[in-house]
Amino acid sequence: MAEFPIPASEQDFHANFAQLKPRMNNTEALYESSRCLFCFDAPCIKACPTGIDIPQFIRQINTGNVTGAAKTIYEANYFGNACGKVCPTEVLCEGACVYNLQDVKPIEIGRLQSFATRQVIESDQHLFKPGQPNGRKVAIIGAGPAGISCACELRALGYEVDVFEAKAQPSGLTVYGVAPYKITNEEVLAEIDYLQAQFGFHVHYHSPIATRQELEALEETYDAIFLGIGLGGTNALRLPGEDRQNCVGAVEFIEQLRQHHHRVAVGRKVIVLGGGNTAMDAASESARLGAEDVILAYRRGKDEMGAYEFEYDLAKSVGVKGLFNVAPIEIVGNGKVEGIRFVRTQTLNGQVQVVPGTEFVEPCDMVIKATGQAKQVSFLRHIPSLELDKNGRIVANAASGQTTNPQYFTSGDARNGGAEVVNAAAEAKAAARGIHAYLLGQ
Amino acid sequence: MPDLSINFAGIKSPNPFWLASAPPTNSGYQVMKAFDAGWGGAVWKTLGVPVVNVSSRYGGVNYRDKRLIGFNNIELISDRPLVDNLREMEEVKKHFPQHAVIASLMVQSREEWHQIVRDVTNAGADGIELNFGCPHGMCERGMGSAVGQEPDVLRLIVEWVMEVAQIPVIVKLTPNISDITEPARAARLGGADAISLINTIQSIVGVDLDLFAPYPIVDGQGTNGGYCGPAVKPIALNMVKNCAQDPHVALPISGIGGIENWRDAVEHILLGASSVQVCTAAMHFGFGIIREMTAGLEQYMTEKGFATIHDMVGKALPNVKHWEDLNLKYKVTATIHEDKCIGCQLCYTACEDGAHQAIALREGTRVPEIIEENCVGCNLCSLVCPVEQCITMERTDDGTEHLTWKERTLANSIPTSFNDERAGGLHHWVPEPTAALGKEKHKTLPGKARQLGQPSPVSTELKS
Repeated sequence: MAEFPIPASEQDFHANFAQLKPRMNNTEALYESSRCLFCFDAPCIKACPTGIDIPQFIRQINTGNVTGAAKTIYEANYFGNACGKVCPTEVLCEGACVYNLQDVKPIEIGRLQSFATRQVIESDQHLFKPGQPNGRKVAIIGAGPAGISCACELRALGYEVDVFEAKAQPSGLTVYGVAPYKITNEEVLAEIDYLQAQFGFHVHYHSPIATRQELEALEETYDAIFLGIGLGGTNALRLPGEDRQNCVGAVEFIEQLRQHHHRVAVGRKVIVLGGGNTAMDAASESARLGAEDVILAYRRGKDEMGAYEFEYDLAKSVGVKGLFNVAPIEIVGNGKVEGIRFVRTQTLNGQVQVVPGTEFVEPCDMVIKATGQAKQVSFLRHIPSLELDKNGRIVANAASGQTTNPQYFTSGDARNGGAEVVNAAAEAKAAARGIHAYLLGQ
Repeated sequence: MPDLSINFAGIKSPNPFWLASAPPTNSGYQVMKAFDAGWGGAVWKTLGVPVVNVSSRYGGVNYRDKRLIGFNNIELISDRPLVDNLREMEEVKKHFPQHAVIASLMVQSREEWHQIVRDVTNAGADGIELNFGCPHGMCERGMGSAVGQEPDVLRLIVEWVMEVAQIPVIVKLTPNISDITEPARAARLGGADAISLINTIQSIVGVDLDLFAPYPIVDGQGTNGGYCGPAVKPIALNMVKNCAQDPHVALPISGIGGIENWRDAVEHILLGASSVQVCTAAMHFGFGIIREMTAGLEQYMTEKGFATIHDMVGKALPNVKHWEDLNLKYKVTATIHEDKCIGCQLCYTACEDGAHQAIALREGTRVPEIIEENCVGCNLCSLVCPVEQCITMERTDDGTEHLTWKERTLANSIPTSFNDERAGGLHHWVPEPTAALGKEKHKTLPGKARQLGQPSPVSTELKS
C-alpha cells in the first residue's frame, strides 16, 4: 500500500509535501531561542560555511530584535531564508550544537533563522542598499544561489551587475531542484524579490549564454564575468533500454515536480537508481506522489551511500525500500519501462565487482536515474585558457574564486562539483570580493 | 509519617502553608476553594478603609521564556464591603473549623482599629495580621508601609490593637527599610504575638519602550508597585534570618516572599519561619500547587527524620554567620569533569571576563582546563555551567586549619599590605592589560561570510 494517496489537487500536493521545517510562531521562537547557551567561540558558527553569527541572531530573536537578527543572518548569507529551510542543518550548525553531547535536542537553528528572515521579507523591511556606483560592470552567468549571492555583494560594492539566466525563474536549484517539502516556490522567489528590491541587480531571464560569440560580447562589455552555471542534466547510464518511456533523470524529474506539482505522474512501482541525496529526494518524492512501491537501488552497501543518514531515514519514513549491492545492466520493457535487469555486486578492496550468475529482473513501471549531474564541459570550452580539473570542475583560486582566465570568476556547483546552497552562497560572496580586489588592482 | 500541623503563636493549622493576604484571599469562595484543595490557612485580603482600585493593576517580569519570575501590583486593600467579608469569613470558619483564618487589617484611628479588631474576632477569625507593609497607594494615605517604616508609629498602633485583641496578632513588615529588625523589635515592644515578612518591595517592573511609561500602564501612565514572586525570595530569606537571629525580636515568624514550591518553604523554615505564606505562585498556577508543596515537605521531613515542623525551624540559623566569622583557611578549587563537558566554554568566558582568568582553552579540544594556581574557588564556572555536576568545587585545603578575620583582628594580625595568596594578591598571576587587545575577536569571523583560503581585507573604494 502506498503511504500517500495520489495528489489530485494543489491542496493534496501541499498535504503530501508538507514542509519539514514549518514556520515557527512567536511563542515557539521565544521558547527555542531561550534554550541557546550562547557558547563561546560557538561550534555552530564554525560549522556554517557562511559563518553566520548564530548565537548573536538567536539572542536578538530572544530580545525581540527580529529585524536585527535578520540583518545578522543576511550580512553573512544572502540566502538566509532558503538556507534556514534547505540546509542539511543536521550535519552543519545543528549537528555541531553542544546540546548533542548532552543528548539534549539541539537548537532548531534553521527554523529560527527562517523565522527571522521571513519576517523582514514579508514586511519588506530593507536592510541593505547598493554601494556608491564605481563605474564598473560585472556579468553573472546563472541566477542560482552563487550568481545571486555574487550579484548582491557586488552591488553592495558599487558595481553594475547583469545576471543572465537561461530559465524563466531565478535561484537555480533552490526553485528547480530542492525537494518541495523543504521549501515552496513562493518562499524561494519572495526572497529573491526581496534581495533584488534592495540591491537592484538586473536579471535577464530566458537568456542563455551558450556560444563563443555570446561570451565575447560579455567579455567586451564587462570588467569581469562570474560563472554561476551549476551543473547540467543527469548523466547518461549508457545502458540498453535507457531510452524507454518512463526512464527519466532525477534532476529533470524534480524540475518537473517543482514546476507542475500534482500534475506530475509517477509509476505505480518506481525504482530510483543511486545512493546520493538526490536519489533520496527522488525516492521520497515518488512516494509522496502516491507510488505504491518505491525501491532505492544502489550498487554498493547501505553504509557506503553518499547520502546523509537523515535523508535516507526520511526516505525510509515514507515507505521507500532499499535494494543494495545491485548494478543495473538493462532497462527492460516493450516501449515502456517494465523492469530493470540487475546483477548482484560485492565490494572488494573498495572496488565494486559483479557477482557472475546473479542476474535478476526487478519489475517496475518507472525508473529514475539519480546517478549524478553532468558538467557543462562543452560550454566551458568556449572560454579561452579556462582550466578544468579531471572531474570537469572549474579550477579557481580558493580565496578569490578567480579562474585561470583572469577575467572569469566562479563559485557554486560548477566549481565545487555539486554541494549545498550554503556552500554556493559562501563561495560566491568571497568571489565577489575577489572580483573587487582584482579590479582594484587593475 | 511526619506531622505537618503547626501551632503558630496560638494559631493552629493542619499544615504550615497559608495563602498570603492578597487577591487569592479576596472572597469566601476563594478561601474555601483553597482549603478544599489542601491549604492550611489563609490571611484574608486586607480589610479596612474604603478604597477604589484602578484598572490595569499587575505587571510581570519575564526571564527569557519564563513568565513571572517577578510580579508587581498596584492594587489596594479589599474593595469589597466589610460586612460581606465578615459574613463570608464566618461561613468559611463554619466549614473549616480546623483551618486558620487570619484577618489582615489596615485602618487609621485608634477607634477604627478597636472596632475592626472586634469585628473580625466576632466573625471567628483565628488571628489578626496588621498590614504595615503595602508600599503603594495606601502609604500615600499614611497607612501600610508608611507605618512599617516608622517603628514608633508601628509600636503605637500595635499597642492600640493589643488593647482589645483576644486572638493572636501578627505584624506584617515592609522590606522597604534599611534594617528590618527595627520594626520587628517595635512590634515586639508593642506586644505583638508574631511577625510576618516580607511584604512587597517597592518596584517598577519595566518600562514600555514605545509608550515611555512604567508597567502596569494606567491610561498612559504608571506608578511604583509592590514587587513579589520568585525573584524576591533571596531578599525575604535574608530578612527572615535577620529577625530570627535577633534576640530582641524573639517572635514566631511567618515567612513570605518567593515561595512557590516545597523547597522554597523549607528554606524559609530552616531560616526561622514557622509558617509560610504564598501569593504569587497561587496567582500564577492556582491553588493546585499545594499538592506538590505538602507532598514535597512531607517527603523531605521523612528523609531527614523531622517529626514536626517545629523540629526544623531555624535549623540553618547556626550556620548563617557574619563574614568575619568565616574560615579564611577553607579553600575550594574548580574541577571540570571531562566526560560530562559539552564544550560550550561558558565557564571559560565567564572566568576570563568575569573572574580571575583561571580557565584556559587547549588545542584540539573544546573542554577547558582549570589553571589551579589561579583558581580562587569563586564558584562562578560551576554556576554558569549548563550541565549538572560537570564542574564541581573540590576542597583542597586539608581541613585542619581554621582562622577567621575576627580572630586575626583579635590577634592583631590583620594584613597591612596586599599579600594574600588569593586573587589579586602576591603570587597571583594577572595578565598584562594590553594582552586583552584583539582577544575578543572570535576566530571564526562571525557575522560575515567565511573567508575562504587566506583572508584578504579589501577596501570598498576603487583606485582611480
